[in-house]
Amino acid sequence: MTTERARISLSVAPAYTGSELLAVMSARLLKEGQTVFAGVGIPLLAAILAQKTHAPGLTILFEGGVIGPFVEAGKLPPSTNEQRCSRRANMLVSITEVLLLLQRGYVDVGFMGGAQIDRFGNLNSSFIGDAENPKIRLPGTGGGNDIASLADMIVAMKHEKRRFVEKVDFITSPGFIDGGDTRAQAGLPAGGMFRVVTDLGILGFEAESRAMTVVALHPGVSAADIKANTGFELPVPDDVEVTPAPTPTELAILRELDPEQLYTA
Amino acid sequence: MTPPSYLDLREKTRARDRSLRDKVMSLEDAAALVADGDSLAIGGCTASRTPFAMIWALIRAGKRDLEVSRSIVSTEGDLLYASGVSRHIITSWFSQGIVWGVSKVMRAYTESKRARFEEWSHMAMGLRYRAGAMGVPFMPMRSMLGSGVLDRAEGARTMECPFTGETLLLVPALNPEVAIIHVQRCDAYGNAQIDGLTFMDIDMAMAANKVILTTERIVSNEQIRRHPDQTKIGFFTVDAVVEVPFGSAPHECYGLYEPFYSHMDLYAQMTAKDPDAGARAYLDRFYHEPKNWADYLSRIGMAELLDAQRRGSGIYDD
Repeated sequence: MTTERARISLSVAPAYTGSELLAVMSARLLKEGQTVFAGVGIPLLAAILAQKTHAPGLTILFEGGVIGPFVEAGKLPPSTNEQRCSRRANMLVSITEVLLLLQRGYVDVGFMGGAQIDRFGNLNSSFIGDAENPKIRLPGTGGGNDIASLADMIVAMKHEKRRFVEKVDFITSPGFIDGGDTRAQAGLPAGGMFRVVTDLGILGFEAESRAMTVVALHPGVSAADIKANTGFELPVPDDVEVTPAPTPTELAILRELDPEQLYTA
Repeated sequence: MTPPSYLDLREKTRARDRSLRDKVMSLEDAAALVADGDSLAIGGCTASRTPFAMIWALIRAGKRDLEVSRSIVSTEGDLLYASGVSRHIITSWFSQGIVWGVSKVMRAYTESKRARFEEWSHMAMGLRYRAGAMGVPFMPMRSMLGSGVLDRAEGARTMECPFTGETLLLVPALNPEVAIIHVQRCDAYGNAQIDGLTFMDIDMAMAANKVILTTERIVSNEQIRRHPDQTKIGFFTVDAVVEVPFGSAPHECYGLYEPFYSHMDLYAQMTAKDPDAGARAYLDRFYHEPKNWADYLSRIGMAELLDAQRRGSGIYDD
């Protein structure tokens, strides 16, 4: 697939990759004392980064059945189901039990990556094109649907026009469905999209319409840049905040965590 | 997809020899317990405790049309499609692993409709096995609602809760004909201890009509009886025990060996350009040509095996 990314001109080349920016910006959204259900990739990395910076008491849950681990730097797991995920955990349970913690309400934040998202925060990781005759069969939901159905969500993903679409081809993991109160009407009274962190900015959702809006832009990104890379009308407030750039400390920790750039290339 | 009749389910259990008896056999004899067309549940998750030796034996035995289910499916799913052992896999996620990208073999088979990947949420898979383990036709749950996954999930139903009036999802029980599960150790009767992550294996063993255990090593019943609290799968659910060292290779077995990463890279390379030809070549080299399981491991390579073992045993270093 070709990327449709519109050109963004920066006066100075950034000293970090897009994935590193994603990990840093989303780590900052996690708070000390929270319980976060983290997917593999950037969420896993960002949760560990938060533990090593401002949130040492962050409890991480992995869908493999892990409660409260400290993953070792340089030994990131290839999914959230290998022994590397379980290092120094408080408790190991079955997959079903750890997912039921979401349903019971023990999870503050669900945190995952995304392949395609729409205006109302619905995520698609199942089919590109029509589900009956897909152009691409993607790997599917995993725990994504359960996490998105039952927790307040942070999603970390690359900001490209083909990924930010008016309507997803398929709802794998529900956001606010058709906006307004349609999520609750579908039988999902709890949880929902909180933030989408991209390499261009941080997005939120309007209280009533539940449509995506811009909360902050990353350094060097303009309102025109983020609009040009979004496949639907994205409002940018005039007084939109600009995020502080990743610090050398944050980047150093990330690079120590992922020296082989498994997730940060 | 309808749940099995409760009386049939009980009758199948009653008809099994559930006595405390020696069930040790070869991979080949265990493979003979699986019939073409059976529903088959696979223990472990993604690249963890995959019962690869048993899958290897099923592929070598030329089984056909198994309806396969697993929590999350990795490369074993590709190989089950490519060998013709299965054309229908029920799971929540299917690809080698996120670091290798979307499986080319899964894509080639599903996009051409030569095989089916039936998608349920992860918790739905877990509760389907749990309903099967509990002897009830369904479990209620609160996810999958409002999604395309629900629209396409055959057999899922919504209901208005008779107590609260809320909308709930009901997922049908999964009672596989056979479950294949790999463990670190068990006795000859099938009392199994599992170290680390248990995934959905305990419910799966209880739900199945037949259980084949492969184990890194067989221990004495006396050793099991010294720590009965460590027995995760009871002998009464188990029909066959096969001792297979490195039985999850090239995936991991908790505390013993990590995934064989270089070999998994090799698989990804072999299937990247031409998934059909690549999977066939891989099957020939690692499934059909080896004389036995030891020969399979030799083809993967001693250096890889030792590296995986060194990394795997490091979990207890802290």
